[in-house]
Amino acid sequence: MTPKFKAQAGTFESSDIMILIEPLEKDSGRKVDISSTVILQFEEDIKTTINQVLDKLQVVDLHLIAKDKGALTQTIEARVETAVKRSLGIQEGTM
Amino acid sequence: MLYIPGNNPAMIQQAGVYGCDAVLLDLEDAVALNQKDAARILVRNMLQTVNFYETEVCVRVNNFHTPFGLSDLEEIVPLQPDNIRFPKTETVADVKEFMKEVRRIEKEHGIKNPTMSIHVMIETAKGVANVYDIAAADSRIDAITIGGQDLTADMGIIKTPDGVGIDYARKRIVMAGKANGLDVLDTIFADVNDDEGLREETEYIKKIGFAGKALINPRQVDVVHEVFNPTENEVRKAYRVYSEYIKNKKAGIGVFAIDGKMIDAPVVQRAITVLEYAKIDLKEIEKNAVSF
Repeated sequence: MTPKFKAQAGTFESSDIMILIEPLEKDSGRKVDISSTVILQFEEDIKTTINQVLDKLQVVDLHLIAKDKGALTQTIEARVETAVKRSLGIQEGTM
Repeated sequence: MLYIPGNNPAMIQQAGVYGCDAVLLDLEDAVALNQKDAARILVRNMLQTVNFYETEVCVRVNNFHTPFGLSDLEEIVPLQPDNIRFPKTETVADVKEFMKEVRRIEKEHGIKNPTMSIHVMIETAKGVANVYDIAAADSRIDAITIGGQDLTADMGIIKTPDGVGIDYARKRIVMAGKANGLDVLDTIFADVNDDEGLREETEYIKKIGFAGKALINPRQVDVVHEVFNPTENEVRKAYRVYSEYIKNKKAGIGVFAIDGKMIDAPVVQRAITVLEYAKIDLKEIEKNAVSF
């Protein structure tokens, strides 16, 4: 599946993560950019979690921007899933 | 019971350490309309991973008649939190419709022995009018609660500090709950800076029969516990009453006196309630009560 719309989920509050997704042209693959208050300790973990959710939902051709404020794994998973579903137009929410 | 907004990960992940008896993860009024989907997914994930320790976990879903209610049930029911709360219950038909969906989802997920109980929430004049029938509408209902904010809005009145506008509803809901053996829980106290007001309201609702109160801030936990927890003197008296009751029961005596005051079944029942609040094991008292 490929995103149809720009979408976002999450907040900039502590223990949360803001996920923004924008569609890319066909066969562009995935581009993931992460900024985090704990980037030195957890960059790889955050990237792995994000990619696992994207794999599970089988989405490609997107640019995902993550702005993390120390979110736990289950929060990252929830926010990525929400943003993806919004970007696919199967769930309504912000943007 | 502490209300926690369902879209707030920081509060949910700390829910088990606030010291309250129960938390309510709220998908309803505490979540903005454009964040309902996000909260539903977050709460679903948190229920599977967060350690809530001894704290009972309730999830308040959206009313069945909104676009969100059924989606909430589909995500939450399979996880069987301790309780699920059905807001704005107005009729027996509402409960039947709600329970039909709950049971369908449980069946689809192979849940043969569901552990999740149901809380019904009365928040409209119509719900108050029908509360006796609602309380008896399903055997899985184990608590009933009043939603003071929505009820005053529905009645077109302002909720005053003395609570006079919802006093009839409070008492009617207590009676309906007691008549069906349910726990009855009171509404929130909205002013988090008014500890004295919270204490006064909690003392009042305890007197008229409520078993607990909804809270909106962890700061309110201690005040409500102080009111509901029995004093040392009350526990000592209750211990003595129950201990004497066991001794007399063994001797075949039903009614007896302590310090000149008659002790019969209702007094014993009240003593048991105090001991239960104090988390004292009745079996230990029974073991130690030496017969005449």
